[in-house]
Amino acid sequence: MLNKIIPELNPAKIATSRRGFLLGASAVAGGLMVGMRAAPASAASDTAVEPANPLAGYIHIAPDNSVTILSSQFDMGQGPYHGLATLVVEELGADWSQIDVKGAAGNTKLYGNILWGGAVQGTGGSTSIATSFDRYRQAGAAAREMLIAAAADTWSVPASQVSVSGGKLTDTSGNSATFGDMAAKAAAMALPTEVKLKDPADWTQIGNEKLRRFDSAAKANGTHDFTIDVKLDGLLTAVVAHPPKFGAKVKSFDAAEALKVRGVTDVVEIPRGIAVVGEHMWAAIKGREALTVEWDEAQAETRGSAEIMAEYKAKAGEAQQATARTEGDAAAALSSAAKVIEATYEFPYLAHAAMEPLNAVARRNADGTLEVWGGHQIPDVYQGISAKIAGVKPEQVTMHVMKTGGGFGRRAVADGDVVAEAVSVARAIDYKAPVKVQWTREDDMRGGRYRPAYVHSFKAGLDKDNNLVAWHNHIVGQSIVSGTPFEGLIKDGVDGTSVEGASNIPYGIQNINVGLTTTDVKVPVLWWRAVGSTHTAYAVESFLDEVIAEIGADPYAYRMELLKDHPRHAAVLKLAADKAGWTTPAPEGRFRGLAVHESFSSVVAHIAEISMDNGTPIVHKVTVAVDCGIAVNPDTIKAQMEGGTGFGLGSILAEELTLVNGEVEQGNYDTYTPLRIDAMPQVDVHIVPSANKPTGVGEPGVPSIGPAVANAIAAAGGRRIRVLPMSKSMGT
Amino acid sequence: MAYNLNINGEQKSFDVDEDMPLLWVIRDVAGLTGTKFGCGLAQCGACTVHVDGVPTRSCQLQVSDAEGSTITTIEGVTGKVAETVQKVWADLDVPQCGYCQSGQVMAAVALLNETPKPTDEDINDALSGNLCRCATYQRIRAGIHEAAKRLEA
Ligand code: FES
Ligand code: FES
Repeated sequence: MLNKIIPELNPAKIATSRRGFLLGASAVAGGLMVGMRAAPASAASDTAVEPANPLAGYIHIAPDNSVTILSSQFDMGQGPYHGLATLVVEELGADWSQIDVKGAAGNTKLYGNILWGGAVQGTGGSTSIATSFDRYRQAGAAAREMLIAAAADTWSVPASQVSVSGGKLTDTSGNSATFGDMAAKAAAMALPTEVKLKDPADWTQIGNEKLRRFDSAAKANGTHDFTIDVKLDGLLTAVVAHPPKFGAKVKSFDAAEALKVRGVTDVVEIPRGIAVVGEHMWAAIKGREALTVEWDEAQAETRGSAEIMAEYKAKAGEAQQATARTEGDAAAALSSAAKVIEATYEFPYLAHAAMEPLNAVARRNADGTLEVWGGHQIPDVYQGISAKIAGVKPEQVTMHVMKTGGGFGRRAVADGDVVAEAVSVARAIDYKAPVKVQWTREDDMRGGRYRPAYVHSFKAGLDKDNNLVAWHNHIVGQSIVSGTPFEGLIKDGVDGTSVEGASNIPYGIQNINVGLTTTDVKVPVLWWRAVGSTHTAYAVESFLDEVIAEIGADPYAYRMELLKDHPRHAAVLKLAADKAGWTTPAPEGRFRGLAVHESFSSVVAHIAEISMDNGTPIVHKVTVAVDCGIAVNPDTIKAQMEGGTGFGLGSILAEELTLVNGEVEQGNYDTYTPLRIDAMPQVDVHIVPSANKPTGVGEPGVPSIGPAVANAIAAAGGRRIRVLPMSKSMGT
Repeated sequence: MAYNLNINGEQKSFDVDEDMPLLWVIRDVAGLTGTKFGCGLAQCGACTVHVDGVPTRSCQLQVSDAEGSTITTIEGVTGKVAETVQKVWADLDVPQCGYCQSGQVMAAVALLNETPKPTDEDINDALSGNLCRCATYQRIRAGIHEAAKRLEA
């Protein structure tokens, strides 16, 4: 998603950006194409292009022989640290026992996301491996060359006699050294002007199914550190009282009782609310309970989600504001159709609800520099925001990119929410101590930035021979990018994040019209794992199934027919169908449904096998096929498909964020209910072999499980579920 | 008021309010941050520790009620079952973000201590309170079965 947005950012609107933040895409791409040459510092001043020293920017080799890879990509569990390490280990010839990975930031030319034109460092749109595939292999290969050069020089032998393997350098006459022995010298060697990457036939790491993530052990023994675990001398913890309605502001507050709570040190106003600061989390929580705040709700959103939905449904029946795609003449084809099929689908707000509630840590040092720890999904943007709040220059701010307990898009926010809060609180207490702002579960659930609610209305036309000849899809809902620095992305009234997955349906239908009506609601919304595809895949693939049922065709065979011009989609769907045994009958009492969807340049198909229990589906088995280009880490791809399937399944079964009079009803996991282990099906994942450049897997596992289950329910003789979550209309 | 707690075999005194949940004593006072905060409401299991061997939501146990018990956190969990579970977790790459996994491991160890050969049903019963937003459930389930197999051998 962001990959489409960032290159189109309107520079003037990013008031807080660091200098040189926005680069021309071509300059960056051009820079990287010459191997180790990094991008110029800015498009305007591209004087000499400085080659980047891989041993300074990407790979740090210490005298103790440890190898630390500096990751441009933020790891919220989806595995880029392991992916980038795989690319480096492959080319560098290191041993996995040497490897650690750390988040890096503060150098856009080294870490800018190439898929976003290199303009900003960031993680999103399932681009981590795509942006790193060449960059980190080249870094590894160049570093290897430099180690070899250092060894050759030390031993006075030609470089051709030095070889590298398992983290060791050896030559033909018996000399041997560790990477650590040669690290200092290697870093000072001339940078290779050209590096030769391994032939894919020689890969031992990339594509290796047996490879396991280097960081799993630490996650199983509690030593993997998250932002919530940051330890600093004198660290204080703050919780923030936020307005109960979106758009409300602080009118007045009384801190007297809060300050009496043992362990509370300060109560301060910040732009986003009132912060209660304490020696530990419990003091801050109790302090906030004792705090009295009066809110000014004059500008607040006071509608409930039911009213919002009713408005959307009404709008869905009216003319669309903008058209996202038009082919042929859908209106004419519908009016002359022998049969018209209509349906409306409703999607609620959804919360990211990552397990680690939002947090960030800020400290100002004696020399005036600032350090900010957090799940910095777009660190360059957060650096600018932090600098502005603290009144320092961006280069005086060090961003420590932490690993986080999930994220799902929630940590990429244009205004930096919790990061801004941490710096604001540190400033408000005169930087007397480092401070961690920690949201509670309720703060996180009620803090906004939801997957927007949407309504899709559909009309499909069949000709007299029962051919699908017209498709009209009208989408109604909020824009994610409107009102943010990203709004330059809106083209001809269409926010691509609202229609992606619907406007680009691959099916061969002569007359297609996909329209959008963008609504004005003050509930803050955001990208939520798979963004537009979280609703478009469900709507399109369910409605298409309805149409196919009306035609009386087989859902698989008919789709294959419509996908004649899209061999990649067809191959993925076929692999899933073959593996799931689509053409053989399901076991007694079991029913199957399928769906296929492209998101973030990957194509995924899901086939769900279910049974019905008192009107409620039980999902037993799910077959997934995925084409994500070259499979760098096959086991991580499988894990992302398994997890994406569970995440997507949970959302369609029982997740819903509702508002009454502008206030969010759910606060915790008792009322907002992600999938639990007892509802997790067996998920079998099959990867389409590919020699194409890698595409993403963090998000594409989510979209198509929902419609696959919905279609299986229909196959079981159940109703078409057109209102999500399913728990609303089913047995439970 | 000072409370004497036995955490991971060490007896220590904590001068905190009586209503402070054990979770925050462990994390913010004792500095053992392997135990996580996810909900504060007994809904997620990220804060699971063993209290006298029983898996317990530390966000729900106030410090005054923890006195006199033996508390084991992820940092202190030892023995054949724990080591096997942790080894299997890495061998099967169970974790994604890892945030819930301290709690999952503590719950899995307690289950295997009680029920050396758990069925899928036993696993559902024992671990339904441990949320994993990354939905690593398939591997958690496989990991418990694999650990049971290795422990039997
Ligand atoms: S933090 Fe205790 S159960 Fe969630
Ligand atoms: S591994 Fe991320 S919440 Fe379980």
